[in-house]
Amino acid sequence: MTRAESKRSAPPPGADVDFVQLLTPDGERVTHPDYSVDFDADELRGLYRDLVTVRKLDAEATALQRQGELGIWASLLGQEAAQVGSGRALRPQDMAFPTYREHGVLYCRGIDPIMPLGLFRGVDQGGWDPIANKFGIYTIVIGAQTLHATGYAMGINKDGKVGTDEGEAVIAYFGDGATSQGDVNESFIFASVYNAPVVFFCQNNQYAISEPLQRQTRVPLYQRASGFGFPGVRVDGNDVLASYAVTRAALDNARHGQGPTLIEAYTYRMGAHTTSDDPTRYRVASEVEEWQAKDPIARVRKLLEREGLADDEFFASVDADARTEAVKLRERVLALPDPDPTEMFANVYPNGSHEIDAQREQFAAYHASFAHEGGH
Amino acid sequence: MADTLTIGKALNLGLRRAMEDDPKVVLMGEDIGKLGGVFRITDGLQKDFGEDRVIDTPLAESGIVGTAIGLALRGYRPVVEIQFDGFVYPAYDQIVCQVAKMHFRSRGKVSLPIVIRIPFGGGIGAVEHHSESPEAYFAHTAGLKVVACSNPSDAYWMIQQAIASDDPIVFFEPKRRYWEKGPVDTDSAPFALHESVVTRPGSDVTVLAYGPMVRTALDAATAAEEDGRSLEVIDLRTLSPLDMVPVYESVRRTGRAIVVHEAPGNLGLGAELAARITEECFYSLEAPVLRVTGYDTPYPAARLEEEYLPDLDRVLDGVDRSFGW
Repeated sequence: MTRAESKRSAPPPGADVDFVQLLTPDGERVTHPDYSVDFDADELRGLYRDLVTVRKLDAEATALQRQGELGIWASLLGQEAAQVGSGRALRPQDMAFPTYREHGVLYCRGIDPIMPLGLFRGVDQGGWDPIANKFGIYTIVIGAQTLHATGYAMGINKDGKVGTDEGEAVIAYFGDGATSQGDVNESFIFASVYNAPVVFFCQNNQYAISEPLQRQTRVPLYQRASGFGFPGVRVDGNDVLASYAVTRAALDNARHGQGPTLIEAYTYRMGAHTTSDDPTRYRVASEVEEWQAKDPIARVRKLLEREGLADDEFFASVDADARTEAVKLRERVLALPDPDPTEMFANVYPNGSHEIDAQREQFAAYHASFAHEGGH
Repeated sequence: MADTLTIGKALNLGLRRAMEDDPKVVLMGEDIGKLGGVFRITDGLQKDFGEDRVIDTPLAESGIVGTAIGLALRGYRPVVEIQFDGFVYPAYDQIVCQVAKMHFRSRGKVSLPIVIRIPFGGGIGAVEHHSESPEAYFAHTAGLKVVACSNPSDAYWMIQQAIASDDPIVFFEPKRRYWEKGPVDTDSAPFALHESVVTRPGSDVTVLAYGPMVRTALDAATAAEEDGRSLEVIDLRTLSPLDMVPVYESVRRTGRAIVVHEAPGNLGLGAELAARITEECFYSLEAPVLRVTGYDTPYPAARLEEEYLPDLDRVLDGVDRSFGW
């Protein structure tokens, strides 16, 4: 690779990159000229608890899939700091538009972690109220939700709900692969020209299923923002403090009427794309090991230990509580009722459809016809 | 109050009235502001309602529909203009995967009251992509409702009914008929949105049409009368869901049915209509249901479009074939 090429290219996974970092992998606090956090000991312990809990719940869901209780699971393993940091940065009035992997953000919004599991178990397609939860329904078509987020943010502008501390902001989650989608680029354009209060939060986990970042870009992703006319910033996505600080600042800028920001949270998908994927076919173990040393949870634990903010009893209790939550989640997943067969005819249209009604009746009559034959 | 209006002006007045009735109604599209749209359907609306409610968008159809979804989630009622039929495809994913399915996906917790207006069909001598009839793509998609207006009264009322509906609606406008005039009673709507209507009663053969082909079918009926044949013309108006009740009633009386549309025949609305009529009216039929449609070719160059499009003579030829059975 020539020097010119290397300058233009995205860094390979695991390479040293410039990003906003407030907590090193060794658990040392570092300062940054533009970003800082002001957490007390309770808050730092709370972040640790969040990180451990979302990882444990995620592991439980993976186990449930392996046991045939979920059809599929998209693990967030490795991305806990990006999700907890950004999720905790949201204020209550803010709206989030997730992909299908934002279980950690969902947890930090105070939402019952059972909520998305119906989708992965196959008993519904999500089924929650995005507005009441301030958390959009999981979106599986890559990047489509970034436009929904932008439109929602345009609505905030129309409602005049920007310009004060009480202003509203939107966060749109997506991955490195999504940055190649037209929808994501169109959302950047709409957000820019309408100065919409939206933060584009890209979790660059280095892979779009099997394709590495180099198949999506020749420039660092955060630099894309400048071409659209708004700021872009890269943050250590395995650093919960930096992820929080950068997201909080971007959201507050948005709610005060300063428009969009692109955040590239530089992280790594430690697990498979989903439980259907086999990452050993496209990446080497040494790369995974390298990222293991940058684990988002270990560094917070080291910080708490170094600064004497938590003792073994605390860590043990966090682990025990997470296990308890995971067991509860498991029990509730197993108890999720299968939908009634006629459910598929419900909610196709807000005002209904006589054609769907007729098909539901035919379906019911067909089923009822077996009742008379006995034994079927 | 009865007025004589063009279809284009009726749409314009219908949009205006919808915006007056509900401050949450916003229009979005390319060139719909100062220009008033390439067909002037939104003429003067930005001047009166402001740039915040009549939104000139970036030139990106998926972006227009995708952000309309966000605005709808925020409580707005977006009315999206797709400039030409052939330009809707970049938005196809957002329409089919998102607009159509959000209500179902949320188990009814949210609705997306979005209207997607599409000027459709040929006959204007245009270059490629400006003369297409993509209605079957959308009628095939659960979660979308699809309607087509054919005259000024329907243009005025159906656009308002579509905007007031909580269902996502793809609204087809017969672009080559925008300048045709007709009476509009602006006091009360003559029909519900999802209602098919007998436009011209007859007794010998039922002709089913929608959008620009309704005029063609009516002209054919007038011509056929001179030959002593009585054509009953039904304006379908609603393409999804279909309103088959007046169709069945008609075909049981006439025993013959011909479907006319500009879109290619293969897997078009005519195929579905023929199947349903056959299922419901089998013993009443004197002949198979016939289709008079565009050919299964790409829409041809403008100098050939008169050969491609069903016209009066092709409708009458269909009638002859039905009687020759």
